Amino acid sequence: MKVLLVDDEEELVATLAERLSFRGVEAKWSTEGQDAVDLTKHESFDVVVLDVKMPHLNGIQLKKKLERIRPEMKFVFLTGHGSEEDFRIGSAEADRYLAKPLDIDALVATLMEVVSHDDNEC
Amino acid sequence: MSEPITTRGPTGVRDRDGKPVPPMVPVESKKYSLNLRRMWQLTALLMILVSVGPLTVMTAIDYRVTERSAESEILLHTSRVVSNTKLAVEFSLVERMAALDFIVEDNSLAELRDCARVGEILDNLQTSFTGFVDLGVIDESGRQFCYVGPYDLAGVNYRDQEWFEEVREDTTHVSDVFPGFRHVPHMVIAVRHNLPDEGFYVLRTSVETSLLNKLLSNLEISGEGDAFVINREGILQTSSRRHGDVLEVLDLQVPEYSEVTRVYETLTPDGVPLIVGYSYIPHTPFILMIVKQKAALMEPWSATRRLLIGLLVLSLSIIVLVVVGVTSYLVNKIHWADKQRVAALHQTEYTAKMASLGRLGAGVAHEINNPLAIINEKAGLIKDLFRFSGRYADDAKLMGIVDSILASVDRCSAITRRLLNFARDTDTEPVSVDLGETITEVLGFVGKEAEYRSIDVNVIIDDDTPKISTNRGRLQQILLNVTNNAFAAVDNGGHIDIGVGRKGPDEVMIKVIDDGCGMSEEQLARVFEPFFTTKSGSGGVGLGLSITYSLVAELGGSVSVESELWVGTSFLIRLPIDGARNESVAR
Repeated sequence: MKVLLVDDEEELVATLAERLSFRGVEAKWSTEGQDAVDLTKHESFDVVVLDVKMPHLNGIQLKKKLERIRPEMKFVFLTGHGSEEDFRIGSAEADRYLAKPLDIDALVATLMEVVSHDDNEC
Repeated sequence: MSEPITTRGPTGVRDRDGKPVPPMVPVESKKYSLNLRRMWQLTALLMILVSVGPLTVMTAIDYRVTERSAESEILLHTSRVVSNTKLAVEFSLVERMAALDFIVEDNSLAELRDCARVGEILDNLQTSFTGFVDLGVIDESGRQFCYVGPYDLAGVNYRDQEWFEEVREDTTHVSDVFPGFRHVPHMVIAVRHNLPDEGFYVLRTSVETSLLNKLLSNLEISGEGDAFVINREGILQTSSRRHGDVLEVLDLQVPEYSEVTRVYETLTPDGVPLIVGYSYIPHTPFILMIVKQKAALMEPWSATRRLLIGLLVLSLSIIVLVVVGVTSYLVNKIHWADKQRVAALHQTEYTAKMASLGRLGAGVAHEINNPLAIINEKAGLIKDLFRFSGRYADDAKLMGIVDSILASVDRCSAITRRLLNFARDTDTEPVSVDLGETITEVLGFVGKEAEYRSIDVNVIIDDDTPKISTNRGRLQQILLNVTNNAFAAVDNGGHIDIGVGRKGPDEVMIKVIDDGCGMSEEQLARVFEPFFTTKSGSGGVGLGLSITYSLVAELGGSVSVESELWVGTSFLIRLPIDGARNESVAR
């Protein structure tokens, strides 16, 4: 399973990617929305885990761009759960919604669930 | 759960939507924009002035007009009576003078020299007229050559008498009244008759004043009136009821000469006001006077006036009472509305403050969550490295340290989540709320304080307690306020019991009981009043429970309280299970 992590907190996404790799998940990361777009153009991912609030290109806008490039990709939103809007968007726009701080096992389980759900649909 | 606490609502006051309104009490004026005392004074003064002023002025004008009218009528009436009486007196005297004229015209001097004839004439006069006493004939030298009457006056010479001089020059003479030899008041009337040889003789008679007395005493005069005759020296010529007997000096000033009847006002030496009418009787020394007591004349008018003044005083008293009453009522209403406005402003401020605090908390929680997530992942990575690399995997101490870091992250995460939830619920629509969860959330805010102060908080949720549809944010504020109140009331080591259960088919109740300091009867009666606080020394503004009362009312519920000083306090909150319906009705 290939996962793309997008969050403006480099420390977070880099560490998260490393931890996922320990659990057999191939994870790449990006701290800029545009970098994630460029990366997706060259490479496909099963799931994109992205923060809702990011500078320049927020999670919703980025998701739409990535969907146009790779419509088959699944999305999991991360949020600091800071506002009513976050909660609404997180729940409605993505396949899954997770609040920070994350439980790594819960994240892996969510990723597996999202991917397997997709498999079932196929 | 035990029986619900007896409710004791603050008052029955409700606003226009029918929602209960906390009772109001006077608070310091600085909290209000209106100077109510001055408003009361100005309003009452203006209303009294505009109502009492015109009424008083109109009454005063009417008083003066009717007084003058009454006086004018009295003067006119008096003048008429004087004129009529003067005519009667004058006619009486003229009649007698005409009788004498007739005698001298009808009898020759030769006949009048015959005293027997004169005696016959006197008899005839006394038969036809009253008052004639005697009759004498006097030649031009002043000698009375013939006299018929009760006195021995034959041969008396009047040449040097003043009246004889007068009659020589003016054909007739009417004397003042004098007592004479008999000491009976009478007057003399003399008539001159010219002879063909340019000589003359005088016919003289004495007339008793009983004639005038009888005429005047028969007059019906209003106002305790008194009619009498004086001469020009002010000597009474007839008896007066109030001003002396005949031939006494009148105690009033002799009025100035006038050819017509005149009426004037004067005072007695004792200061009693009088209405005096007089008329000079022509060709006599007499002045007819009618004197009336002004007070007696004005009595009917005065009686009416007293009645009107009494009514005026009564009306003014009623006006003042009504004005004061209405003004007090209106100003109290304004006072009440002003306090409501101020309380509403404070409540708005409070709500805005709570919302700001919520947003602030949410912002802080959000900002903390990111570094917290990094700590979480870094600590997790350490643990992964230990575990997946096999190094230190068995080092219990290191793994324990990492787990401790992760546990602390979880604690922090729980705190931020609670803050975020609180902020999220500040202004939401009615949602389904589990009372147990909400109470646990609220107690999370005060859990540390309970721990530090060794306060035992015991929560009992009845099994059959349903979820309720209500505004979660407001419910949290209500519970937070009541809980904070209980924490403020208890000493360290105190107890707070929170019970939740169903109350009837449509309601749930939440009971918060503490064993704190309690409240006196007086404090209890005012506990929901805005700005009433028992914590003035510790910064309390006295709005917490007032706002709680309003918030509970907004949710369609009710709140009541029981307390005993030094024993404890119980709050009972009733909320509808279907609060969404109440909320929509309230909106």
